[in-house]
Amino acid sequence: MRSIALALLGLVFAAALIPQAWAPASYQTQFRDSPNAPPSARFPLGTDDLGRDRLSRLIYGTRVSLLLSVAAAFLATLIAAIAGAAAAWLGGWWDRMFLTATDLSLALPWLFLLLTVRATLPLDVAPTTSIFVTFALLGLVGSAGPARVVRAGARSLRSADFALQGRACGTPGLRLLIVHLLPNLKPVLVSQFLLSIPLFILSEANLGLLGLGVAEPMPSWGNLIRDLESYSAVAANPWMIAPAVLLVMVVIALQIAVRTQELTV
Amino acid sequence: MLAGRILRSLSGLAATAVVGGLCAATLVRLAPGFDVDEREFDSRLNDASRHAIHESRSGERNLGRFYVHYLAGIVRGDFGVSHSLRRPVRELLAERSPVTLRLVAWGLAFGWTLGSGLAIAAWRIRAVDLLSGVLFAVLLSVPAAVLGLAVLFAGAGRSLAIGLVVLPKVFTYTRSLIAKASASPHVVLARAKGAGEVRILAWHIGPALAPELFSLAGISISLAFGAAIPMEAVCDIPGLGQLAWQAALGRDLPVLVILSLLLTVITMLANGVADTVTDRLGMESGA
Repeated sequence: MRSIALALLGLVFAAALIPQAWAPASYQTQFRDSPNAPPSARFPLGTDDLGRDRLSRLIYGTRVSLLLSVAAAFLATLIAAIAGAAAAWLGGWWDRMFLTATDLSLALPWLFLLLTVRATLPLDVAPTTSIFVTFALLGLVGSAGPARVVRAGARSLRSADFALQGRACGTPGLRLLIVHLLPNLKPVLVSQFLLSIPLFILSEANLGLLGLGVAEPMPSWGNLIRDLESYSAVAANPWMIAPAVLLVMVVIALQIAVRTQELTV
Repeated sequence: MLAGRILRSLSGLAATAVVGGLCAATLVRLAPGFDVDEREFDSRLNDASRHAIHESRSGERNLGRFYVHYLAGIVRGDFGVSHSLRRPVRELLAERSPVTLRLVAWGLAFGWTLGSGLAIAAWRIRAVDLLSGVLFAVLLSVPAAVLGLAVLFAGAGRSLAIGLVVLPKVFTYTRSLIAKASASPHVVLARAKGAGEVRILAWHIGPALAPELFSLAGISISLAFGAAIPMEAVCDIPGLGQLAWQAALGRDLPVLVILSLLLTVITMLANGVADTVTDRLGMESGA
């Protein structure tokens, strides 16, 4: 099961990394003579109402969604590592402030928090900027949960033998934190990073469907799925569900791979 | 002791809600373009009218003053006026809360009934375990908004979509709890003494699961409210989720602040009640 999941992920990531090699056209090329074309040898998934090749947009959209989710997961894990480890290490007021901030963040439903924070950022932005905004948003807002887990791990390590010995030897606090504590938190950080990727893929899709994700003409799974809002269009062109099917398959594969990885960490 | 604990929880909840509301107000106040009212772009207006519109929001420019006035208003029952919908927020909440509460309540009832029922069935029947595992792995991988669209296209009840978000979590967690509890010594002993499966489940496994299930119940309420946002937005249901989405798109400060307060209170109250019940059950089983 894990081999199949990893093979699928490998294939999708390969397509996402070099979309030019696989996509028949650019994501924004408009074939004005063929709007809403059905699947054919020229357009394997047909075209949209602007005559853009759906397969090309799907391949380029996969790059945006996957790389954005991985980058956002990395950012969230980095923030979680710094904030969680520092709170556990410094203790006292710092720890209490950290706990209040994460409690607040976790008290609100995840999507509502994303919507509220996204609303505070510019809505009408260039497509490239919208990718950066979505990436920063997911990374920042999504760091609260992992930060709590990292803090719990760091607190248990704080009184470990190596930490006590380091302190007794007069090792400076910052060095102790960076050189000794953080490497010991690696399993926690790796599992939080891996768990965040599918969550961020789903969140990007939800944001895109609500019109708050990556902006057109840049494709992403979120804004490609937005085409599904019209039932008559989906019923007439069932191949339009390809982005949703690919998204679900990738998330399932990630969950299988992550679960196995978690067990081995 | 219990009264003291409840009092502490309530004061913690109030403090978190107030700070949460302030954070929401700060975020929206600092957002680029907050000062701009789209009516100011109406070319038919003269300078005096534009100035009057601009000044009508001057009270909101000082965040501290706005928030203190806002909290005082809430205490009096005045939640302000929505900028985008031009209606009192209180009226909007009164109109939309029942829609969301009904949606969430039915969704939770569906998710919990089917989820826990299937978890019990999966404990005894291997085929149910396998099929449910595969089905719920797929459901967990579908964005909530897409689930909403699928339910809408299928012509099924909208609550079903909320239920489908909660269901896999309830099933997975309950299934693993039952598996863990059924391997515990007192259950093995009961089985060795010839107790029936129904009796074992009702008398030995069920009570052991209760604390964890109450915690999950608290979390699933927050989950259901979160799922209601994309559901109501894509299915055009006039509830709190759709209001939150519209307020986010329109940077509607009064609506966003009150929704943040409301959702913080609901989530923390649900988790607080679940924690208190869990502790109580834990103490009783410990005794």
